[in-house]
Amino acid sequence: MIFSFDLLAEALIFGLLLGCFYAAVSIGLSVSFGLLDVPHVAHPAVMILGSYCTFIVAGWGLDPIVAGVVLMPAFFVLGVLIYRFYYESFEKRGTEAGVRGLAFFFGIAFIIEVGLILVFGVDQRSVQAAYIGSSWALGDYRIPYRMLVAFGVALVLTLALTIYLSQTFTGRAIKAVAQDEPALRLMGANPVRIKQWAFGIATAVSALAGAMVIIVGPVEPAMDRVYIGRTFCVVVLAGLGSMTGTLASGLILGISESIVLMFFGASWAPAVAFGLLLVVLGIRPQGLFGR
Amino acid sequence: MNFTRRKVLGAAGAVALGATLPGRRALAQQGPVKIGMSMPQTGSLGAGGQAALVALRMWVDDVNQRGGLLNRKVEFIAYDDQTNPANTPGIYTKLLDVDKVDLLIAPYGTVPTAPIMPLVKQRGLMLMGNFSFQVNAKVQHDMWFNNSPWNDASSWSDGFFAAGKKAGAKTVAVLAADNDFAQNLANGARTLAKAANITSVYDQNYPPTTTDFSSLIRGIRAAKPEIVFVMSYPNDSVAIVRAVNEIGVGPQVQLFGGGMVGLQFTPIMSSLGSLLNGITNYNSYVPGMKYPGIEDFLQRYSKKAAEAKVDPLGFYLPPFNYAIGQILEQAVNATKTLDQRKLAGWLHGNEAKTIVGPIRWGKDGEWAKARVVQAQFRGIVDKDVEQFRRPGKQVVIYPDDYKTGSAITPFDKARSAK
Repeated sequence: MIFSFDLLAEALIFGLLLGCFYAAVSIGLSVSFGLLDVPHVAHPAVMILGSYCTFIVAGWGLDPIVAGVVLMPAFFVLGVLIYRFYYESFEKRGTEAGVRGLAFFFGIAFIIEVGLILVFGVDQRSVQAAYIGSSWALGDYRIPYRMLVAFGVALVLTLALTIYLSQTFTGRAIKAVAQDEPALRLMGANPVRIKQWAFGIATAVSALAGAMVIIVGPVEPAMDRVYIGRTFCVVVLAGLGSMTGTLASGLILGISESIVLMFFGASWAPAVAFGLLLVVLGIRPQGLFGR
Repeated sequence: MNFTRRKVLGAAGAVALGATLPGRRALAQQGPVKIGMSMPQTGSLGAGGQAALVALRMWVDDVNQRGGLLNRKVEFIAYDDQTNPANTPGIYTKLLDVDKVDLLIAPYGTVPTAPIMPLVKQRGLMLMGNFSFQVNAKVQHDMWFNNSPWNDASSWSDGFFAAGKKAGAKTVAVLAADNDFAQNLANGARTLAKAANITSVYDQNYPPTTTDFSSLIRGIRAAKPEIVFVMSYPNDSVAIVRAVNEIGVGPQVQLFGGGMVGLQFTPIMSSLGSLLNGITNYNSYVPGMKYPGIEDFLQRYSKKAAEAKVDPLGFYLPPFNYAIGQILEQAVNATKTLDQRKLAGWLHGNEAKTIVGPIRWGKDGEWAKARVVQAQFRGIVDKDVEQFRRPGKQVVIYPDDYKTGSAITPFDKARSAK
């Protein structure tokens, strides 16, 4: 093992950037699973769908991040439709809906994956942008611009969602649904409509996360499998439904993984995520930032 | 007797029908010769697997046009194993017990093939290997015949280390994926490095879920190796090449590459473009190598690949998959049987003529004489697929029989060489 403070500093920088990227790809799930209790295992698949849509839109000459933003309204509608179907077919029908809903979302993930294979084939797809493939030289340090972009977008997303959920009427209604749905219903609000709206937002955010995934590296249809463990780990570690918690737990995960990769051996990296999760849940079952 | 026209015609019809029955039964018994396999059509090896399937189907069409095998039509059955080794034993059990195939071809790659080796050995079946590496080293199945141009670890990495040694390298960094293929290759590379008095200054295995390689490449740069030997699967290879371009590996590095799977696939080569320059990597075939029939095959393949939306050039896997068909055809035609023991006996004792040259197998079912090339990417530009058809874009530095140039070192210099 080679150790120096330079390397440690670089591991921390890479970890910070990687952590923000993990937070960005998990934040949609933090809304759908964390706040709404929807077992949305198709979240990474929807995100990869976002990556492929970004690939198409970026092909028209748009910057990949702009392409991700442009796709958000369409993904919002997709999210509303998915939730409506899930609600009518599963959630409405009783307590066992969760288990059946899990199968439903696995089905959606499978359909998306197969659909992508049929349309695009199994070859990798990537996008071009000035910040992909080059790095910022800071003395002896080299910081990939693509990771800096992911870092910036993750910060903006977290900040925007935190403000939205705490400062706006609909945002507070979403939080209210998460806390006490029957009470909200007694006050005359329609929790289903609010959840539908929130799920739409979560899916729209996935489109932007998908754009970041294809910026960070090429994608292929089965890539959702790489992210499923990590995204759930980040959300549960954070404490279900906490946006700032999601950012913080993404950072914890990214920094620990980066240090392990640099100094202790890459084979241990996957164990970091789930090891951390076990330790945290053992000490704080509600997660780091959960109440 | 009263012979009416109706009775006469009826009797004649019955006789005619009876006469045809035995023939029909014989035809039913002589159904198609079924050849089965699983192939990664999705997952990390899916792109290569789909291109390989195009080539195998071309051979099936060709052999059927020639009248099939033993005058029976050839039927080809292929299932997707999703590059998941957990799926292959089940698929091969289905192929044998439900589909009742006559001949078996292994899936592309070491990882999906390894789990089916005990199955074929237990059942005494011949298996045509498909670009796997040392899967038979421990199983020692005497009816295994690989189509890949390598045999042991040294056959794969020898050229790379020889070029490194020639450039005066005394230290090596080894970066390998955490799977059977890469680990076998890494062990071979470590042995070769030791034999060549090259000291290991960095040695890491990475898990298949690694999303960003910046930290690993930074670790390599800190170790200051003179050669960097990488064994990676396609998605990782792309991420590693990008990270090398962003982070750098240091000016002391003479050679970079070795065993990176994926840098032979056209979609990956064209997406990486100029980032490939300077990398020295293994290959099975590069333009400029002459084998009888390969150019005609590649021309026909290009058209089929365009229809199937797969690797349009198909240099790496497709010719060697077409060769599997040619090998089976020659063995069956020579022995006039589908008896697996007899077919294996013929393959052990004879040379097969294929579009990737003549092949003779050793006792372990690997090529008696390996033919892996190490080639250095030079003068690659962005967004030009056609450039890869031209000789000189991948300069063969090893073996001597196919050499078209010497390795440019150090790595930084090779990256800007034309």
